[in-house]
Amino acid sequence: MNPRRKITVIFVIVLLASFATSAWQTEALQKLRPTASLEETLYITSPQALRRFSIGYSGLLADIYWTRAVQYFGAKHVTGARQFSLLGPLLNITTALDPHLIVAYEFGSTFLAQKPPGGAGQPDQAIALVEQGIRENPTASHLYVDLAFIYYFEKNDYDSAAKAMEEGSKIPGSHPFMKIVAASLFQRGNDQQNARLLWRSILQTTNDKMTQENALKHLRALQVDAEVPELEKIAGIFRQRTGKQPTNFKELVQAGLLPGIPLDPIGNPYRLMPDGRVEVEDYFALPFIKKGLPPGQELSIFDFSGSKETAKKPDSSKAPNP
Amino acid sequence: MINRISAITYNTFREAVRDRVLYNLIFFAILIIGAALLLGQITIDIERIFLINMGLTAISIFGVVIAIFIGIGLVSKEIEKKTLYAILSRPVRRWEFIIGKVFGLVMTLVVNTFFMGIAFFAALLLLSYYRFQHGDGLLLIAIYFIILQFIMMTSLAILFSSFSSPILSAVLSFALYIVGSFAQDLRGMAAMTHGGLGWLLKSVAYLVPNFASLNVITSVSHGQAISGAVFAHNTLYALLYSIALVAGAVLIFERRNFK
Repeated sequence: MNPRRKITVIFVIVLLASFATSAWQTEALQKLRPTASLEETLYITSPQALRRFSIGYSGLLADIYWTRAVQYFGAKHVTGARQFSLLGPLLNITTALDPHLIVAYEFGSTFLAQKPPGGAGQPDQAIALVEQGIRENPTASHLYVDLAFIYYFEKNDYDSAAKAMEEGSKIPGSHPFMKIVAASLFQRGNDQQNARLLWRSILQTTNDKMTQENALKHLRALQVDAEVPELEKIAGIFRQRTGKQPTNFKELVQAGLLPGIPLDPIGNPYRLMPDGRVEVEDYFALPFIKKGLPPGQELSIFDFSGSKETAKKPDSSKAPNP
Repeated sequence: MINRISAITYNTFREAVRDRVLYNLIFFAILIIGAALLLGQITIDIERIFLINMGLTAISIFGVVIAIFIGIGLVSKEIEKKTLYAILSRPVRRWEFIIGKVFGLVMTLVVNTFFMGIAFFAALLLLSYYRFQHGDGLLLIAIYFIILQFIMMTSLAILFSSFSSPILSAVLSFALYIVGSFAQDLRGMAAMTHGGLGWLLKSVAYLVPNFASLNVITSVSHGQAISGAVFAHNTLYALLYSIALVAGAVLIFERRNFK
């Protein structure tokens, strides 16, 4: 081998070996100092200063800060955190850099408004964010839906929810559904039907698939929450008539109390428990439900299909026949 | 005259495209455009906006860097290599030399922008499932305004290159690019200040290049239309400002003693 080739081979080996060793060192350091990333620090907190630093490329900087807000919220959420101290400042910076980034107002207000551990539990900040979005984007009628949502579900302020929906319905091009929802909210205030109407208005007025999925899940949960008490009432009527607990829904059908075996919104039959309670077959597939759960079972507000350690899969060997 | 200017333009273009720095910068701009496609996956609902902002910003910034780093050497390299004497000993007037150089670099930048633009639109088509969307035409206007920016930066770089060293030219060009991005803030400050200081600020605000008005990237990313008046005024402003800078470069270069 000539000397030049020899040197080349030796130094290629040295390069690869050093790089591989340094990568292994990085892994070791990561195990020793997993939280060395200072994620709770915002070095520049002033949106105006950041706008200056962006030298005209404020749109790109807004996208970067929005991405940071999404990653921050996601990282906190999966660990079940209850404090989201940087979320508000990150969203303020994002919307100051690009006031027309509608998604930051829509999703950001949801992240802020929902109670922990689902969100930051700051509905007033969420309302301020959406109102800023409305000022900057007067034709974005969908923001009024988000505002109504926060007033209804997080503040229980049904009048303000109704007014927000009414204001939004006046914007040219707004979805006709908004007028219907506004009228219903004014008429009935806190009502399961209104909750359904609000989620249906989200479903009808958004083009975002994730938001549509979320709205569908909530509508299914509302259907279950309405159906389970009704089914339990019917089981109670059977007990009063016959003096014994029904063992399954077939008995209720035979007694003429039900037209058929009741199915939940995803097509699984409900389960009638020996103590007269009604449960859903697969609560993993039905996030956000409050009724139809086994005793002591709680699901997170965002249920990612079995990611929580506390939620256990139902034991099919103990299930009664439907 | 046209033949002489064309010859210098073509030679400047040929020399510029041989510079390896150019290819590295274009490669990095294309890399950033590709990275924007991936980075859009870790955020919510802004994949297209992110790609447009990142892609057009990459084209803009890398183009400005190319304009500065090639522009500052256009005159100084000829002086260093002493080829300038050979050129000026021919019947080539000094102003023809300067204008040929400007045209050559602008042509280089337009070609670069074309290739970076192809990569950008390819990424956009990939994201939009191979379909153009309403508002994609506005991106061409943004790219046109970026080219106007390049024309102004080239003229600035040539102006500084006509009388100062390459390093100082680079620093001054870059500094004016930053200050030019704040031109509207300067105008706002001038409006709030009175007396002599107000006049000074107002003069400075008009003297510095107004790059802020040429930056419509954020607007087009949201599909906001650019009016015909803005299009016409920006075009006129960029051309007139560049002509003024090149005239200044010619005036300095005509009087420069190369002995």
